[in-house]
Amino acid sequence: MAGVRLLNRQPAMPVGRKLLEINWGLVLLLTLLAGVGCVMLYSAAGGSIEPWAERQAVRYGLALGLLVVVALVDIRFWFRLAYPIYFIAVLMLVAVDVMGAIRMGAERWIDLGFIQLQPSEVMKVALVLALARYFYSVPPEDMGRLTVMAVPILMALVPAGLVLAQPDLGTATMLLLGAGAMLFVAGMRLWMFGAILALAAAAIPIGWEFLHDYQRQRVLTFLNPENDPLGSGYHILQSLIALGSGGVWGRGFLMGTQGHLNFVPEKQTDFIFAMLAEEFGLVGTIGLLCLYLLVLAYGFAIGLRARNHFARLLAIGVTVNLFLYVAINVAMVTGAIPVVGIPLPLISYGGTVMLSLMVSYGLMMSAYVHRDQRISRRGLSEEG
Amino acid sequence: MAQNNEELVRLKSLTRRALILGGVQLAVFGGIAGRLYQLQVEESDRFALLAEENRINVKLLIPPRGQILDRFGKQLAVNQQNYRVVLTSEQTPNAEATLEALGRIVAVGDSERERVLREVRRNSFVPITVAENLTWEQVSQIEVNAPDLPGISIEVGQTRLYPYGTMFSHLLGYVAKVAESELKESEDPLLTLPDFRIGKNGIEKTYDTALRGKAGTRQIEVNSVGRVIRELSRNEGKPGRDLVLTLDGGLQAYAYQRLMGETAASTVVLDIQTGDVLAMASVPSYDANLFTLGLSAGDWKTLTEDTLKPMTNRTIGGLYAPGSTFKMTVALAALEAGVSPAHAVFCPGVYRLGNARFHCWKRGGHGYMNMRDGIKHSCDVFFYDTARRIGIDRISEMAFKLGLGAPTGIDLHSERAGVIPTRDWKLANFGEPWQGGETLVTAIGQGFVLATPLQLAVMVARLASGKAVTPHLSRGFRDQGPDDAAPPSLFAPLGVPPEHMALILDAMNAVVNEKGGTAGRSKIIEPGWEMGGKTGTSQVRRITMSERAQGVTKNEDLPWHRRDHALFVAFAPVGNPRYACAVVVDHGGGGSAVAAPIAKDILIEVQRRDPLGRPALPEMAANVAQGQGG
Repeated sequence: MAGVRLLNRQPAMPVGRKLLEINWGLVLLLTLLAGVGCVMLYSAAGGSIEPWAERQAVRYGLALGLLVVVALVDIRFWFRLAYPIYFIAVLMLVAVDVMGAIRMGAERWIDLGFIQLQPSEVMKVALVLALARYFYSVPPEDMGRLTVMAVPILMALVPAGLVLAQPDLGTATMLLLGAGAMLFVAGMRLWMFGAILALAAAAIPIGWEFLHDYQRQRVLTFLNPENDPLGSGYHILQSLIALGSGGVWGRGFLMGTQGHLNFVPEKQTDFIFAMLAEEFGLVGTIGLLCLYLLVLAYGFAIGLRARNHFARLLAIGVTVNLFLYVAINVAMVTGAIPVVGIPLPLISYGGTVMLSLMVSYGLMMSAYVHRDQRISRRGLSEEG
Repeated sequence: MAQNNEELVRLKSLTRRALILGGVQLAVFGGIAGRLYQLQVEESDRFALLAEENRINVKLLIPPRGQILDRFGKQLAVNQQNYRVVLTSEQTPNAEATLEALGRIVAVGDSERERVLREVRRNSFVPITVAENLTWEQVSQIEVNAPDLPGISIEVGQTRLYPYGTMFSHLLGYVAKVAESELKESEDPLLTLPDFRIGKNGIEKTYDTALRGKAGTRQIEVNSVGRVIRELSRNEGKPGRDLVLTLDGGLQAYAYQRLMGETAASTVVLDIQTGDVLAMASVPSYDANLFTLGLSAGDWKTLTEDTLKPMTNRTIGGLYAPGSTFKMTVALAALEAGVSPAHAVFCPGVYRLGNARFHCWKRGGHGYMNMRDGIKHSCDVFFYDTARRIGIDRISEMAFKLGLGAPTGIDLHSERAGVIPTRDWKLANFGEPWQGGETLVTAIGQGFVLATPLQLAVMVARLASGKAVTPHLSRGFRDQGPDDAAPPSLFAPLGVPPEHMALILDAMNAVVNEKGGTAGRSKIIEPGWEMGGKTGTSQVRRITMSERAQGVTKNEDLPWHRRDHALFVAFAPVGNPRYACAVVVDHGGGGSAVAAPIAKDILIEVQRRDPLGRPALPEMAANVAQGQGG
């Protein structure tokens, strides 16, 4: 009971102290990224803060406030809420699937009146929380037991299946990859990974049957882009032209013709990286990747620095999510993988992704602020 | 402290695996960076080129078509502003309502409305033509009502206009949309434009390339859906060159009006020295403007199915037996063959060859006729006898020399060659040898012989000038350059002794100006303007023995298409020939009664107007320029 006593002895930090404890370097990096996003949205609108850049900036301001609030909340509070949040997220996913079935179309949103919520985005955070919470309770010697490992695998598969049914192949893939990375870091045995991969490979032909026509088309177009130059392949080609024509130094701010003449599809959202590449060249794209790398490095550092396993896994899970966003989006825009509709985090126009990302970084920040906090095996704090 | 141990194990494992994960992420970023290097450095040039191709669109500009002028600069074919009303759907809240409002000013048919609405739906920012060729009144009404007509605007294009309508249609031709076959023949990108019109006939076709000009280009920046963002550069191209014709527009108008009294007729007036065509009229005609505005199927049918063939230029496309107008050729061939002009033949009204009887047009006969009398009275028997003496070979040789039996080479399309029969020609076309009787029929311009009115005019010009004159319609371009071929001005002598020519011209003078000549009634009384000529009446039917026995049916009693053609060829003035003229009235009856008066009037008019004595383009302009320079 020494651990519990230790917990009891730690006095709660005053709010002012906590504010100082926030990793402002990381906040600065995130703000830099959002700034790059606003600059690109300004360009995408043809040199105007309307209709995107201004709103994006306001949203970032709000999201940043939320990050700070989340960071100031005690990590144990989030620890206790991990499962409830996960279950609410699952319920919301079920709700959109049912609505979609009733309305005969793809549904990804829940309208709460004051805000439109995208349950799959909520799930990205909730899954990280739930997995961190679960592995926190599993002693290392139990990591080899199938019954113990089956639970987190199911925890990932259920929401992934619900998201795939929306249908949203990109997000489902992200959820699975994110969960896989967390399982790996948490210490799952490698032979289990091997077995899962083998099962997945066997499932691909079956999964193909469940894909929608447009999803199959995307995969086929990716495998052979010349097949369909004016169809789906046209967008990838236009994106590549924008990227390539940027060269080393770029064509200059507001000077990209591919973007401004609308040859690049979805230039303010999923394909904003192509616009950045056209206007700022290789220097701009590598620069942006370095910014993201720094943010990722911060995440790892915070994870490894934390005193409790929940906070560690939480920080790494959030970091993995960010990595997946960036890697999938850039790979898609550069034609390395099929078009899957994953935005570039903090740069692409869109509120939900920014909100979920900033909340997840708020959680990471909470882990940082409370990095020396220990949590009992059951998550009960000293009051229990 | 078991928990602390456990914690250490967990931390060690997690740290190791987190580092591996970080390494994987770094590797992925490295791969992405490599891909970016490949795209943005290695393939950058290729993509930059593709980006330019994406955004830059080159549009062709149609240059204004060259005008066609008569020798004095009168505009025969010009370009008219064509006001079009266009609808751009993105500028109007409701395209249908706008069209309805427009319908109160410009009539828009139901099918037109459907087409416009369909095209408007497809492309919201491309202006769609609703109606063309608006009147000035309509244009101003639309401008005044502009606030009620959102999305409607007026565009100005150019259409060809022939101010004189039907008068010049046959020789000017017309312009119309490019046909599939023409597209294949030419590489000029202009032909691919839907608004472009190409010369289809006459001068418009012959000189199409020069009249057309060179396409201008407009480089524009477009966005991904083709909307024009801005103009990058503009090259106006080269406008078409103005073409000056040899025609005297006033004379042409007069000749056309003069022929209008007949059902179908044609005439050509030539400068006997230069071959300049001063007038070339054919009746009935058509309005070339119909073609530029877009000919309706009904109009086209009417034009092409009319038995009078209004689309045919009779002066080059009509073939007629020359009848007695051919007799000068026979006479000249006889002189060449050594027959004395004084040699006389007795005409009893009929000539026998074996069992066959060949009749003179004068039932009672002419009595003794020498060559001059034979031409003056157009005695058939004299020419039967003469032809039999010299044979068909000499006759056809002389006919070719005078420009018959082959295209004259005038700068128009669809000229017909006519027929001058020879022994070889007969054998090749009928598989039979030449018959003696056919020589006799040929001698009076009947049988196989066929000629166009233009060939007859050239024949007279050659007789009157003694030179191998060929006709042409173009005097050159208004901006005549050193590279342009000048129209031929000096022709080689025909190689016929001048005294022979003088004899023939004297006989033609007698035809008109001496008592008893077949065209005596058409004598020009203005002193110094007198004409010489020769009548011709060519049968289009065979007169049978029984009909001849009962009396030949009068022309007036025959259906129109079986009546004789009336011909007259002439030159003036007799003392110093300058103009040659041929008149053919289809199924008009007698040459002296019908064709000769027309030729007389035209030759009076041409001498009154004196087109050869007045300065003409393009030298006129050159002279003015020189005068200013000096």
